[in-house]
Amino acid sequence: MQRIGVFVCWCGSNIAGTVDVQAVSEALKTEPGVVFSTNYQYMCSQAGQDIIKNAIAEHKLTGIVVCSCSPRMHEATFRKTAAAAGLNPYMVEIANIREQCSWVHKDMPIGTEKAIILGRAAIAKVNLNTPLTPGESPVTKRALVIGGGIAGIQTALDIADAGFEVDIVEKKPTIGGKMAQLDKTFPTLDCAACILTPKMVDVAQHEKIRIFSYSEVEAVSGFVGNFDVKIKKKARFVDETKCTGCGLCTEKCPQKKVPNEFNLGMDNRRAVYIPFAQAVPKVATIDADYCSMLKNGKCGVCAKVCTAGAIDYKQQDQTIEEKYGAIVVATGFNPISMDKFDEYAYSQSKDVITSLEFERLTNAAGPTAGKLLRPSDGKHPHTIVFVQCVGSRCDSCSEKGKEYCSKICCMYTAKHAMLTRDKYPDTEVYVFYIDVRTPGKAFDEFYRRAVEEYGVHYIKGMVGKVAPEGDKLMVRASDLLANKQLNIEADLVVLAAAIEPDKSARPLATMLTASMDTNDFFTEAHPKLRPVESPTAGVFLSGACQGPKDIPETVSQAGAAAAKVIGLLAKDKLTGNPCVASSDELMCNGCSSCANVCPYGAITYENKEFRMPDRTVAIRRVAKVNPAVCQGCGACTVACPSGAMDLKGFASSQIIAEVDAICR
Amino acid sequence: MSNPMENVREEIIRRSGVDPKKCMRCGKCSGTCPAYDEMEYHPHQFVYMVESGDIEPLMKSESVYRCLTCFACVERCPRGVEPAKLIEAVRLEVIRASGANHMTPDHVPALLDDEIPQQALVSAFRKYTK
Repeated sequence: MQRIGVFVCWCGSNIAGTVDVQAVSEALKTEPGVVFSTNYQYMCSQAGQDIIKNAIAEHKLTGIVVCSCSPRMHEATFRKTAAAAGLNPYMVEIANIREQCSWVHKDMPIGTEKAIILGRAAIAKVNLNTPLTPGESPVTKRALVIGGGIAGIQTALDIADAGFEVDIVEKKPTIGGKMAQLDKTFPTLDCAACILTPKMVDVAQHEKIRIFSYSEVEAVSGFVGNFDVKIKKKARFVDETKCTGCGLCTEKCPQKKVPNEFNLGMDNRRAVYIPFAQAVPKVATIDADYCSMLKNGKCGVCAKVCTAGAIDYKQQDQTIEEKYGAIVVATGFNPISMDKFDEYAYSQSKDVITSLEFERLTNAAGPTAGKLLRPSDGKHPHTIVFVQCVGSRCDSCSEKGKEYCSKICCMYTAKHAMLTRDKYPDTEVYVFYIDVRTPGKAFDEFYRRAVEEYGVHYIKGMVGKVAPEGDKLMVRASDLLANKQLNIEADLVVLAAAIEPDKSARPLATMLTASMDTNDFFTEAHPKLRPVESPTAGVFLSGACQGPKDIPETVSQAGAAAAKVIGLLAKDKLTGNPCVASSDELMCNGCSSCANVCPYGAITYENKEFRMPDRTVAIRRVAKVNPAVCQGCGACTVACPSGAMDLKGFASSQIIAEVDAICR
Repeated sequence: MSNPMENVREEIIRRSGVDPKKCMRCGKCSGTCPAYDEMEYHPHQFVYMVESGDIEPLMKSESVYRCLTCFACVERCPRGVEPAKLIEAVRLEVIRASGANHMTPDHVPALLDDEIPQQALVSAFRKYTK
């Protein structure tokens, strides 16, 4: 028989406001096994914990029930308290009388009755608890960073600088991501390439970092500290070890009409290409969709001109298998498609562009060598209209856009407008806004400068329609403050397209068993207190894959994710969760039901000898759980037809005892 | 708050199925409205004024008849507010309150014209008839 102590917390007025805590501790005194029951204002405080420790010693308690907040808040606290008093931490049960009781009820008698019932259920469970000891597993001291944009680059550098090996997997031929495509960066207007490329070089030269470019993660198995990852290195038909990045092949290739994705299709590249001058690795890649040698065996110019002999038309995709202790997701974002926004005529006119296209049009390495020219006729635009919130802040039922604010558009639009006026004082620049959102260091000052110093016309209202007419764009919009409808003859219209997570994120989340929200942003373990960790142990989040973010925020989060990874890799052993499944081999009939439902691949089978009652020996196939891989989800216990599978700490008998206590 | 127009407001919201609280005041409806200059009150003002219960000026204004019911605002509203349906509901409130038909079938022969599409007559009936 257990000797159980019950500790009812007031949580100030959070619980005591709706639950008669005195009545609860009195009522639970007479439950089976209870030898002590009390209540206190803040059980999680030092004084509250002392009450628990003293009671464990004084009353020789073998188990305790704390009626308080959710176990997600303080279960760990009270387990440590119990352990400090010499009690096995798994002899602690939490009855959640806050989130699931006092906060959802308004009526004191109802709240009190429910709190007593919840306490009774926890007591019934503790009566059947047994002390548990967690196992240990080793840690592979290497991290995988998925995505080589500024988020992945910063995370990798920070982990590597702490002395751990890091691999970056980047699906494009070069690292650099979206930041490499930007011209200037707000609010200080440093050139993006000038601050990014040194970091890219650092990554390339770091002895602890390997870059798998033009590669994708294909499969992930294992668990925190021990992930097994398959990486597909796509054939680039160029031997990376031989290519010197001289670029001769990219000049001689006769296939000149390949849309250049780095400049968002606004100019062309060759079939063999290096995305941009500062690419890392500086290695050419042959685009198999356009190369006539790969398509019909005719050409071979690049191989002829390559003095390093790096061209290899027979190169195959390669699969690399590697072990990692931690995985960081840094898959980034993309602007949403503008195809559904017919009213802005994006697909009708080349002079309606997105803000990312505008970045390329003003970048010295872009299609116009940095001169702002209209894509349609190469003429200098005089009237430029910027439209904010295109596809952001839409109704939840919208098929066109996103419900969230994309966060970065207000600032980059202010930057675009300001730089345009600075470089081309003969222009008229209009920005149509719903709200100007600039909560960041030196952000609002930046926006005000665009208005006050550079004379950008900020108009509160939205553009309703853009209609191409001759070589002009007729922009119809409302000016809400003047209560007027405006008709502007524009030369160029720039749409601040909403951003969305990269399409590779969803399949990756499935591989990692990491959760996502409805918009396909990765979910944090806690939105405030664990913002860079995924709820899946060992998986961390960096950058815009978690939510819209600008560069300063991304870099901060990248460093934070690195710190969490370093904390993990610095450990030699990880303490596991003892609440794992185990199979009673005498009852197991080897049917495989459990292995079929296990999402973690934790169950294997072995043939075992059993001595039968008639003294013969029988060999039977029985299930075996790997406690290091098992996450304690309990799916197998439900699937097992013979009742052989059970979950430690959450045994079927314990759950039934709880239900019985509630229904009593 | 005891606003005498409160019942009218509730009725307009019920009849139109429009929730003016969803409006984020972007003004795209008025930015897209082809009848903007004909209207004393513009689509975004209809939404705001119904929400705040300031409905009498709308009912007295010619604007309720100036809306073309082209649904450009409904099509383009990022928040799915559907201003044209709200304007229609205000117009119906005026017509039902006055209990009058502003158009009968007798008016039709005089209006017939090769330039006017049949749909416009149907629409006019809908607009000016109880």
